Amino acid sequence: MSKTGFASADTTPSQSPPLWLLAELTYKCPLQCPYCSNPLDFADHGEELTTEQWIDVFRQARKMGAAQLGFSGGEPLVRRDLEQLIAEGRKLGYYTNLITSGIGLNADRIAAFREAGLDHIQISFQASDETVNNMLAGSDKAFQQKLKMAREVKAQGYPMVLNFVTHRHNIDRIDRIIELCVELEADYVELATCQYYGWAHENREALLPTRAQLERAERITNEYRDKLAAEGNPIKLIFVTPDYYEERPKKCMNGWGEIFLTVTPDGTALPCHSARMLPIEFPNVKDNSVQHIWHDSFGFNHFRGDDWMQEPCRSCDEKENDLGGCRCQAYMLAGDMNAADPVCSKSPHHQKILDARAAAEQVGEDTPITFRNERNSRVFARG
Amino acid sequence: MNKPVLEQTPSLNPMFRFQWEEAQNCHVLLYPEGMIKLNDSAGAILAEVNGEQDCAAIIRSLEARFPDAGELGPDVLEFLEVAREQNWIRIS
Repeated sequence: MSKTGFASADTTPSQSPPLWLLAELTYKCPLQCPYCSNPLDFADHGEELTTEQWIDVFRQARKMGAAQLGFSGGEPLVRRDLEQLIAEGRKLGYYTNLITSGIGLNADRIAAFREAGLDHIQISFQASDETVNNMLAGSDKAFQQKLKMAREVKAQGYPMVLNFVTHRHNIDRIDRIIELCVELEADYVELATCQYYGWAHENREALLPTRAQLERAERITNEYRDKLAAEGNPIKLIFVTPDYYEERPKKCMNGWGEIFLTVTPDGTALPCHSARMLPIEFPNVKDNSVQHIWHDSFGFNHFRGDDWMQEPCRSCDEKENDLGGCRCQAYMLAGDMNAADPVCSKSPHHQKILDARAAAEQVGEDTPITFRNERNSRVFARG
Repeated sequence: MNKPVLEQTPSLNPMFRFQWEEAQNCHVLLYPEGMIKLNDSAGAILAEVNGEQDCAAIIRSLEARFPDAGELGPDVLEFLEVAREQNWIRIS
């Protein structure tokens, strides 16, 4: 191939690089949240990548242009090499994010992470109320530990995000959730309405709030935004509405294979952390370079653009807005990963969403919950 | 909020990390799970914000680096005001 000064213009792939690398270091977790985004059959997945394999993935993705590196899981604190992985990530120039439950954290480890160059810590809470929090987490000590660690994270000067997954068991206390976050001096608060994939889909009946609950929570959040801004508090409240109460779907991951690259504990690479449920053979970093995975693999290319679309998406004048919505939701609810996301009122399967909304109005408080743990996962793994 | 004045010293909000991103071909501000791409002039100004130089020193330094650009004072102060409103920097 001839090389001229402008050769790179012809050979540079038109596909933009991944910006966000989410490293799901392990599926091990001391908690049992019934809306966990890990696969139902996590207990059945293979061996975790080694320290060296992870560092190699970080290096490859950074070279392509990834700027954000998230350490997630399961509970990433379970990995004993976390300090080393943080240090390597930071050395490569990533902004490093630790996404944790706070269980397994202590002041010394927070300081060691700081020393290694960790930029930010996100702690997830299950509720503002100790009893509800611990019931959902499946641990009596979780809530007090989280409070203590959130205070320690701020005391050590980190930017801190607090994440509350909201659902019918905690959404009515959104005022208390926000006040707790203010008291803990969070910089960002994610009030992330539960999305119904994986474990959360199993538990949808027990978790989906009613429309009235959701509207009230959004109104209260807006009131707090105004009040806090007037007080000069820089805290940012991010309210994520659930797909189930929308008439149009969300653009899945801001576009399939556009920004996000998730690598699971065993090295499987995904365009979204839920995508493992789809009937697609996703590539593995043990077998392929990240460059190949991002640009050339079937798994990443399949839902890029709109060639894959069926009706009603194909001829829809809004298709650019949402690219047909979430592929996992289409697969779970319409039984076809190429279908329109049933959240869309134009989908022939939209009735399933309407039925779920109607069911949310009827649910009793004693609806059973399937907790995310090894034992329950083995049941799904066996199928 | 008032415009920063020449004797004041801006510093980066520790919430943000400022760096050059080769793949983006620009300076960026990185923050929890996000990135702001900066244009050339914003990048050049923020590169001078180190918590030590006051606004006057930053302006002098930029005028020395870009001698053809003429007087930069008003533009720099205006940008620093925006940067403070965005919470990217603090001014003391």
